Amino acid sequence: MPSPDSAVRAADLVVKFGGRAVLDGLSLEARTGALTAVLGPNGAGKTTLVRCCTDLIRPASGTVQVLGLPAGSRQLTGRIGLMPQSAGSWSGIKAVELLNYLAGLYANPLPVPVLIERLGLSDCAKTPYRRLSGGQQQAVNLAGALVGRPELVFLDEPTAGMDPHARRATWLLLRELRASGVTMMLTTHAMDEAEALADHVFIVDRGRVTISGTVRQLTKSGGTLETVFLSHTTARAAS
Amino acid sequence: MTALDLSPAPAPAPAAKRIVRHGLTEARLLSRNGEQLLLALVIPLAILAAGRFANVSMSLDLLAPSVLALAVWSSAFTSIAITTAFERRYGVLERLATTPLGKSGLLAGKALAVIMIMLGQLVILTGAALGLGWRPRFTALSALVAIVTVILATATFVCLALLLAGRLRAESVLGVANLVYVILVVGGGLIIPVSRYPAALRPVIEALPTAALGEGLRAAARGLVLVWPVLVLLAWLVAAGLAAWKGFRWTS
Repeated sequence: MPSPDSAVRAADLVVKFGGRAVLDGLSLEARTGALTAVLGPNGAGKTTLVRCCTDLIRPASGTVQVLGLPAGSRQLTGRIGLMPQSAGSWSGIKAVELLNYLAGLYANPLPVPVLIERLGLSDCAKTPYRRLSGGQQQAVNLAGALVGRPELVFLDEPTAGMDPHARRATWLLLRELRASGVTMMLTTHAMDEAEALADHVFIVDRGRVTISGTVRQLTKSGGTLETVFLSHTTARAAS
Repeated sequence: MTALDLSPAPAPAPAAKRIVRHGLTEARLLSRNGEQLLLALVIPLAILAAGRFANVSMSLDLLAPSVLALAVWSSAFTSIAITTAFERRYGVLERLATTPLGKSGLLAGKALAVIMIMLGQLVILTGAALGLGWRPRFTALSALVAIVTVILATATFVCLALLLAGRLRAESVLGVANLVYVILVVGGGLIIPVSRYPAALRPVIEALPTAALGEGLRAAARGLVLVWPVLVLLAWLVAAGLAAWKGFRWTS
């Protein structure tokens, strides 16, 4: 199936929880083959956006197209990888068990032993998930999102909890994925991550996009991405 | 280091393979969990042993099918409610819903895991009860009705468990599921025959799905066929199924 130009196209999304608008007319497009970063403070609606794209939340209004199809379409089965913000794993399962299980859901999975080696998980492959360090858990989560060889991967704060070595190794892997033709949409608080990786950045605040562009476009007036972020978002309590 | 070909090549495994894979994984994880084993086997075996060797005013004729009903209740309700609530909290449901397993495959795989765990329980507990001297008098018809009753009860309890797990925080589910488990074990006609409760309470208790399961199995094991438990369970299944369908939330 030929890929559309936009891997993700969200238009005027509105999602309300308990009467409060979490997404308030959010619109964005993520280009096929690119790495798109969605930046925003806690509670800005980043995770809710990802959940709309994966059909876990149905918006009150607005539309989401994923790989040219409405979110949740049967034809999307297996084409999307997700690295959720929370663990995404049973606490008692061993890392290698989880990855073998996930690989078994696909017809052409990545070879699990090679994936484990590539992500530096060889020494802890037989450790129960709950006993892994935060960075190791994130690496397992990332492996779980990639094992099915998806076309599009959603990465919800992929390097949270990783040490600088692990972060750099993950960035390298994400660049390899992009070079291999995988489209990625990642949410993050980390400005350096967006600067290092993103082809296009959307800054989201209070459920809508406040500014977007390439890092170069956003910082052309001389500021850093962080100053752009601070001037286009509002401080609020974590949610 | 071996090179990794990261180029996209998405394709789902066959649906049956996905469901079996999930069922086996979940059953293995459940069987490793000490608390689940306590609920699934240790408590029912202890009740059986107490009924045989302690001075309990209930014969094995009544106690053995009651304990089988208890096993169904613990696996299909308490165990499923608690594990699903934590799967929701930890993002397991969120991840799996986006894999080729999908939401419907996840439910089918979960059902398969419950069936495997329950079959194991029923075989072990039935074997233990027979060893202790239980001599059931099932007829072909009463055995068939007992199987239907167990299937309906399992489906009902799983729907109730999913409703609970899909609405409350995981810690709340842990407390509420255990509390409901104990309350209905004692007061829900599951182990104690409805005829032993005060007359004024009996109509209320008979309307509970736990009593329907307990009474249905106790009667079937004595070769009798009761229709009302099947009807009660059908009504509960429709209500619980609709509520779970509308109320279940995949994320926390």
